[in-house]
Amino acid sequence: MTTDRQNVIEVKNLVKKFGNFIANDHLTFEVKQGEIFGFLGANGAGKTTAIKILCGLQSPTSGEIKVAGFDVYHQTNLIKRNIGYMSQKFSLYEDLTVSQNFEFYGGIYGLTRKQIKERTAYFLKKLEITHVAGKILKEIPLGWKQKLAFSVAILHHPKIVFLDEPTGGVDPVTRRQFWEMIYEAANDGITVFVTTHYMDEAEYCERVSIMVDGRIEALDTPAGLKQKFGVNSMNEVFIRLARAQSAEQ
Amino acid sequence: MNKGAVILQDITKSYKTVKALTEINVSIEKGELFGFIGPDGAGKTTLFRILTTLLNPDTGTATVAGFNTITDYKAIRKIVGYMPGRFSLYQDLTVEENLKFFASIYKSTIEENYHLISDIYRHIEPFKHRKAAQLSGGMKQKLALSCALIHKPEVLFLDEPTTGVDAVSRMEFWEMLKKLRSQGITILVSTPYMDEAALCDRVALMQNGHLMAIDTPDAIIKAFGLTIYAVKSNKMFQLLTDLQSIQETEAVYRFGDVVHYLNKSSSFDPAKISQHLIKAAHTEIIVKQTVPTIEDSFMLNMRKSDSFNTQGNDN
Amino acid sequence: MKGFIIKEFLHIFRDLRTMLILFGMPVAQVLLFGFAITNEINHANIAILDQAKDEISMKITEKILSSGYFDLKAVLYHPNEIEPAFSKGEIKEVIVFEPGFGQRLEKEGKANLQIITDASDPNTANLLFNYTSGIVRDYSREMMENKKPPLQISIESTMIYNPELKGVFMFVPGTITILLMLVSAMMTSISIAREKELGTMEVLLVSPLKPIQIIVGKVLPYILLSFINAIVILTLAFTVFGMPINGSILFLLLESILFIVMALSMGIFISTVSQTQQQAMLLSMFVLMLPTILLSGFIFPVENMPLPLQILSNIMPSKWFIIIVKSIMIKGLGIAYVWKETLVLFGMTVFFIVLSVKKFNIRLG
Repeated sequence: MTTDRQNVIEVKNLVKKFGNFIANDHLTFEVKQGEIFGFLGANGAGKTTAIKILCGLQSPTSGEIKVAGFDVYHQTNLIKRNIGYMSQKFSLYEDLTVSQNFEFYGGIYGLTRKQIKERTAYFLKKLEITHVAGKILKEIPLGWKQKLAFSVAILHHPKIVFLDEPTGGVDPVTRRQFWEMIYEAANDGITVFVTTHYMDEAEYCERVSIMVDGRIEALDTPAGLKQKFGVNSMNEVFIRLARAQSAEQ
Repeated sequence: MNKGAVILQDITKSYKTVKALTEINVSIEKGELFGFIGPDGAGKTTLFRILTTLLNPDTGTATVAGFNTITDYKAIRKIVGYMPGRFSLYQDLTVEENLKFFASIYKSTIEENYHLISDIYRHIEPFKHRKAAQLSGGMKQKLALSCALIHKPEVLFLDEPTTGVDAVSRMEFWEMLKKLRSQGITILVSTPYMDEAALCDRVALMQNGHLMAIDTPDAIIKAFGLTIYAVKSNKMFQLLTDLQSIQETEAVYRFGDVVHYLNKSSSFDPAKISQHLIKAAHTEIIVKQTVPTIEDSFMLNMRKSDSFNTQGNDN
Repeated sequence: MKGFIIKEFLHIFRDLRTMLILFGMPVAQVLLFGFAITNEINHANIAILDQAKDEISMKITEKILSSGYFDLKAVLYHPNEIEPAFSKGEIKEVIVFEPGFGQRLEKEGKANLQIITDASDPNTANLLFNYTSGIVRDYSREMMENKKPPLQISIESTMIYNPELKGVFMFVPGTITILLMLVSAMMTSISIAREKELGTMEVLLVSPLKPIQIIVGKVLPYILLSFINAIVILTLAFTVFGMPINGSILFLLLESILFIVMALSMGIFISTVSQTQQQAMLLSMFVLMLPTILLSGFIFPVENMPLPLQILSNIMPSKWFIIIVKSIMIKGLGIAYVWKETLVLFGMTVFFIVLSVKKFNIRLG
């Protein structure tokens, strides 16, 4: 391994059209290994479409896109093996126990029984919830579920984990604990690709891209963006960019 | 009779195994813009359903505009507007058809109350022949609000109207609410976004079915009681753990691009922070006293009630 | 109320899936049956017993045979030969002219013709009868043009082997029943469950609308559409299928409305116990459709069932409706004969309306 961090996501001129509608208009960016990359944008700016393409769920209209070293046109199965995914809506199976959920997802990604056991124990210990391993998911508090869902998403130690609004509706304490988990994962070399509507969370990212109307209008470190726009918070950066667009319309 | 007001007295509600609300007491004035601030699972939706007569509480009484939610539910249904958590629109109907329909069930028309919604509806009127399913989140939110307003309600219940909506749409939405309040409508809003609390006249901080604090945003901040120091250094990731080891630390947590540091001792000297960090080989250290926000206050309250709860029961 | 109904129609007309189930499926089903049966009718073997052997009887015979539908397999000389002719299984129909057929027609302006069909295949029997009698009627109309006192050939239908038309013939009443049930109950239960899923039901409940208004608003469009459906099915059955409607059409339609309302109130009941569209669909399938198909006598005659199932079949509303439809369409009976069944159906309707209005909560959960 070189000391230089490699690119794990490389996107060149990604275009996605639905009929006449251009959802993604020549997106170009890279994400490095172990980076926490914030992918922001207003509702309907095209974030979800881009994430679907990167996860191999949808094919782009044109552009060169490599995820985890694999091509999104032909190697979607290899991509899926090497990524993890979690969204606010994606929850674990409510009627299975905590450890059954781990077993199920571990099985999907081809982990051995032993590996699943070890990693389940590791994550439960880290979350300090070993005592609920046998409980049905329905019965455990919401904040824990969110953290469990994240643990399950990185159970197979993917190269990249995609988090789609992972902290929506979560209390401020849990939200911060969640971000600590994100930092740890990044420290372990897992690239984190995250969307959020909480602008303070944008500050926690190494680099942030802001999508407006299908295009990436800004991409830099939070400090760099604030400097560029001469404002004090990411919230202001975001509102500047998104407002400019709605004023145009 | 205190007309237009919403009063909750000792409201408790449990589902099979979960206690959703515990002894809720709060009184909301006529014309107030009142926010229930709390994460998912705090009990906000249950509370709103009780007030909109969709659920009966296990114990306690609630009144809306002087009407009891159990016995006078019919009277309440005539005078309230309600926007449930997910924007409840008919996806296959157009913007205009949705609005027309919701006006018709109150035996009203769009024309009759157009002045009430014109500020909001204006934004989406150019798309009035578009189906609701094809609207963006922000537009759906505006349409849902228009639908909840079209019968000129006295009290408006908005359950998480800004959830999942981007920062710009959220800002615009709050501007609309302020205008509505100036027309004398009592507005109850629930939201998981702490920063929105500052926009309400009064707020209730809610967690696990309890109201932890009820007051104006300013008063809640004033009552904070501890000094918050915003700390920055070259090693932000280590900053959290290094600050923890200062004596009598109350809490350390990230807050945007800084870390908030709170100490239990009232005679705490902030110079200690820098000294401590220099020892731990941090550079570019910045320590500033900062004003607490509702989010700071919420977390402080959570810690208090957590320790209270764990003392109170063993499960 | 008006706004509610308009909205409901918009939902229906904008959803291709609903429209297909509502209108495509009934037509497809009936046409399928129609085709399967009309194919069998060409060149059916018949026999003729002409006891008059006069000019008119010969002419009618000639007309029938030249129509292309029938092949003359045997000429009979005595009524005794009819039964053996059928039992050989070669012929499907025997046409009997009474002695002195032409003479009576000329003198009295009235004569009898008997059409005997093998009803072990009831559909074919019925079709053959309709075709034959059609030809005979055409002929008498032609003759009438130059005769002042109107001539009347009265046609008597006799079925042997299966005079009550059990078997395949039940498919039309059965199909009508199933389709009305499906469209009415399933569609309403799904459309109410959809509002629950979307969250719009919450808004409706918080509005001053009374439960009964919500129910009527939901149901009224489906009553109308199901009714149109019933007419479409009947028309198709009549034209494509040659299914007779011997009784009063008005009475049949009234009974259909009763059944539709019954099915709709069952649909509402189902929707009160299900939270999602999927649940509503599954419940309609298993609680309504399967028992209707299996226990109503649609496929398996009730008389052949084990006793417990026979008893169970009594609580199937569709069993009673099938009896009513058969009685009206095939036997041409009126209310005097089916009032018991109608009353049972009416009672069930009232039961489900009351139940669903009661169950339809003014609050959530």
